[in-house]
Amino acid sequence: MLALNETWYLVLAAMIFTIGAVGLLTRKNPLVMFMCVELMLNAVNLTFVSFSQALNDIAGQAIVFFVLVVAAAEVVVGLGIIVAIMRRRQGANADDISLLRG
Amino acid sequence: MNLIWLIPCLPLFGFLVLLVAGRKLGDPGAGWWATGVVALSFSVVVKVFFDLLALPTEEREITQTLFTWIPSGSFEVSIGFLADPLSILMCLFITGIGALIHLYSIGYMKGDEKYSKFFLYLNLFLASMLLLVLGDNLLLTFLGWEGVGTCSYLLISFWHTDPANASAGKKAFVTNRIGDFGFMLGTFLVWVTVGSINYADIGAAAPMIAAGTATAIALLFFLGAVGKSAQLPLAVWLPDAMAGPTPVSALIHAATMVTAGVYLITRLNPIMAQAGWANDVIAWTGAITALVAASIAIAQTDIKKVLAYSTVSQLGYMFLAVGTQNYVAGIFHMVTHAFFKALLFLGSGSVIMAMSHEQDMRKFGNLRKYLPVTFATFMIGWLAISGIPPLAGFWSKDEVLAGAFNSGPAGPVLWGIGLLVALMTAFYMTRVVIMTFYGSEKWRLTDDQQNAGELADVESSELVTADVAVSDHGSGHDDHHGLSPDHTPKESHWTMTAPLVVLAAASVVVGGINLPFGSDYKHLERWLEPTLAYEHELPPVPVLIVLAFAAIAVACLGIFLAYWVYSKHKIAAEKIERPVLAHAWYIDETYARVAGGPGEAGFQGVADFDGAVVDGAVNGVGAGVLAIANRLRPIQSGLVRSYALGISIGGALLLAFIVTRMNL
Amino acid sequence: MRVEMFTFLLTAAICLAGSFGVVLLRNPVHNALSLVATLFGIAVLFIQQGAYFLAAIQVIVYAGAIVILFLFVIMLLGVDRAEGFDREPILGQRPAALAAGVAILGLSLTALLSVGSRVTGQASTLAAIDGAEPNINALAKVLFTDYVFAFEITSVLLTVAVVGAVVLARKAGAAIDAEEFPDGTAADLLQVRYEATEVADPELGQLDDGNASDSEPSGDDTETTTEALR
Repeated sequence: MLALNETWYLVLAAMIFTIGAVGLLTRKNPLVMFMCVELMLNAVNLTFVSFSQALNDIAGQAIVFFVLVVAAAEVVVGLGIIVAIMRRRQGANADDISLLRG
Repeated sequence: MNLIWLIPCLPLFGFLVLLVAGRKLGDPGAGWWATGVVALSFSVVVKVFFDLLALPTEEREITQTLFTWIPSGSFEVSIGFLADPLSILMCLFITGIGALIHLYSIGYMKGDEKYSKFFLYLNLFLASMLLLVLGDNLLLTFLGWEGVGTCSYLLISFWHTDPANASAGKKAFVTNRIGDFGFMLGTFLVWVTVGSINYADIGAAAPMIAAGTATAIALLFFLGAVGKSAQLPLAVWLPDAMAGPTPVSALIHAATMVTAGVYLITRLNPIMAQAGWANDVIAWTGAITALVAASIAIAQTDIKKVLAYSTVSQLGYMFLAVGTQNYVAGIFHMVTHAFFKALLFLGSGSVIMAMSHEQDMRKFGNLRKYLPVTFATFMIGWLAISGIPPLAGFWSKDEVLAGAFNSGPAGPVLWGIGLLVALMTAFYMTRVVIMTFYGSEKWRLTDDQQNAGELADVESSELVTADVAVSDHGSGHDDHHGLSPDHTPKESHWTMTAPLVVLAAASVVVGGINLPFGSDYKHLERWLEPTLAYEHELPPVPVLIVLAFAAIAVACLGIFLAYWVYSKHKIAAEKIERPVLAHAWYIDETYARVAGGPGEAGFQGVADFDGAVVDGAVNGVGAGVLAIANRLRPIQSGLVRSYALGISIGGALLLAFIVTRMNL
Repeated sequence: MRVEMFTFLLTAAICLAGSFGVVLLRNPVHNALSLVATLFGIAVLFIQQGAYFLAAIQVIVYAGAIVILFLFVIMLLGVDRAEGFDREPILGQRPAALAAGVAILGLSLTALLSVGSRVTGQASTLAAIDGAEPNINALAKVLFTDYVFAFEITSVLLTVAVVGAVVLARKAGAAIDAEEFPDGTAADLLQVRYEATEVADPELGQLDDGNASDSEPSGDDTETTTEALR
């Protein structure tokens, strides 16, 4: 139990993930919501690397590599969207973007 | 080479050619083409008949399977023909009489604007009838059954611009349909019980069918026969069907289509043998129908209506015969009836043509002077139907009655009814003959002379009130009347009189196919033996002779009574021609009132139920979905965070599912 | 052993502190900085597990580029005002969010802690990490042989993202017009609903600086900033 095996990392990653999820659901500022998404992605990255270490498989790190790249692209586009929205409407938050309501 | 397929296919080919080129062939080309095709088919039938004769008795059947029509797993139906003694016998008189009637129609329909269409329908009818008779399974028979029903509808309402004719056609079709319902259910039941609808398989499996099932099958097919052969309670269509041209009445409603019911019952005689009391139902229905129809015929003034009710009555005889399982007598009477009834109808058609399409016998009289050939042949038909030996009708009717006499405990009652019907038949046929061919030339009298009742009778000076019973006038021909008092009837064209002569000759001799003088003379019985599962024993010869003399006596009595009333005017006619008889016992009115009143209420109820419950359920489902959707709509709020919440809850549930499935 | 455990615990504390900071702090800039702390912690944990290359990439790309991007946008749009935490417009969102979070955490921990202390997967035979080979070599070998197709696709993805971002952020449109949103923003609608269903706080109208996300557009202060930046 006191040995540092991958379970510790996995538990930590789970906690970070949960905190990110709660933050995503609770905050209204779109930028902060985005940061929470980044938190969750990082937690997942940590998980993958832990498994890579435990299973002695380099593929886990390759996955993390791709996750990183895609997260970067996602942030770029997402922030572009936020800029476009916030320009039209000063001080908008996530609750204002509700045109898709049924 | 097996030529059986030519028998129905030749008329079918004739139909197709007429369909394409009928108008071009015109009048009378289309008629000659149609007649030639049918005559050719008759020659093929004769050839196959001789082929069958050459075979020994036990193997007397030729089959030909063309192709598989419905290959559906265990239900396989092929287009196959079965030429056995029964079917070839029927084909013989169907094609023979058919050819003669086609020839007759060339002259009868001359000048009609839909000339080629008439022959088109006639050929199609013959093709369907031959298919009905030659088919080797119930489905093919049903195909022909429906085909003849359709052609009957088309031909009855041939002059459909008059709504009365169209209604008559509809009435025939709808009434037949009720019968078809019975036929179909019977077929289904046979399929379920026997596993096949081939007549060969049915014949083989019949002894093993349970009595109750056989009874049900028999009754269902009898319902079909009741519809097609116009027995009570579905007899109402046949008199109205006289709205069609007379050759149609002769071919379809005397000689061929209406005999399909008798054929069906005879074909299924292996099942009938197991069917117990269903046979009694058939016999009694036939007897009562014969009685009622004969009583109605007494009071009709339209010559074709008399013959129509006479047909219903004679069909009743045939069903009486098959109901007492005396199939030979039934088929024998069918054959003889085909000849003399066709003769009578064609003769009446000749009279009608000569009298400018007038059908009311009260305007005829003394036509023997003007229409000698028609008169002579009509007299032979009259003698035949009245049952005077040695003409055909006597032998066949006598056999039917004799068979009924010893058919169980109620036999003598049935025989008595049959005898009464024979009396009435002789009576009304003699009435027709007297009114049409004897007496004064009533069309020469002016209307007020007639209405005032002053008939100058050539043979009698007694006054007779002209207040004869009212009957429903023949529908559809009122506008053709050109009957002026100085009209001179002329004998018809040879194309019309030649068939009359041939049929008359046949009516004289065709009785010879089954004379009761010992088994050497019973050709028909020996011929039909392979197809029958049960042979009905006739009474012993002494009883036979007594019964025969009773029949002859009754026929003579009927003729004498009619002479007494209509020629000598010793008894007033209206004592016999009661209004209730003239109105056919008000059967039609009763049906109309039941169907219009409670019937229509019932149907409306069903329709309302359908609209409210069935449609309501369907629409209700739609409305319910809409309502639920409207309730669920606010979930889609467009707010990202509530969607994210939904996703998280879903993820949590998934995790929970996984955790519970782990082996902790 | 003890050094590793100590390192881990310290780094884990930093990560968790940063995470809580991202979620709980009010000022968006504070949130960004907390995110940086978390990212650094994660990088350290990567190093501890032998993923050296990834740790470097993490710092360079995430902390060095993405967070900077966040800060740029925060400064550009002037959303550095703190948002009001007191009201939650969507009914039941907070309790539901907490419940979901607790559920996810609890279930994950149940799953993780109940299988003993070892993972149950198969050790890889194909792409084994050879202890002798440097990490970057191993990763490169795999990326450019087994996953080269995905690699190329991701490069295309990056290009597309750049193009998309340029297009999206190009022209400044007009402010919201009344015809398109006649009722104002969704926040305004929810405001009405809140006031109808809950007891309105008498100090509502006096939230301290920047209720930009709660009530009407506070055009005055932010406009100068955005005007200057345009």
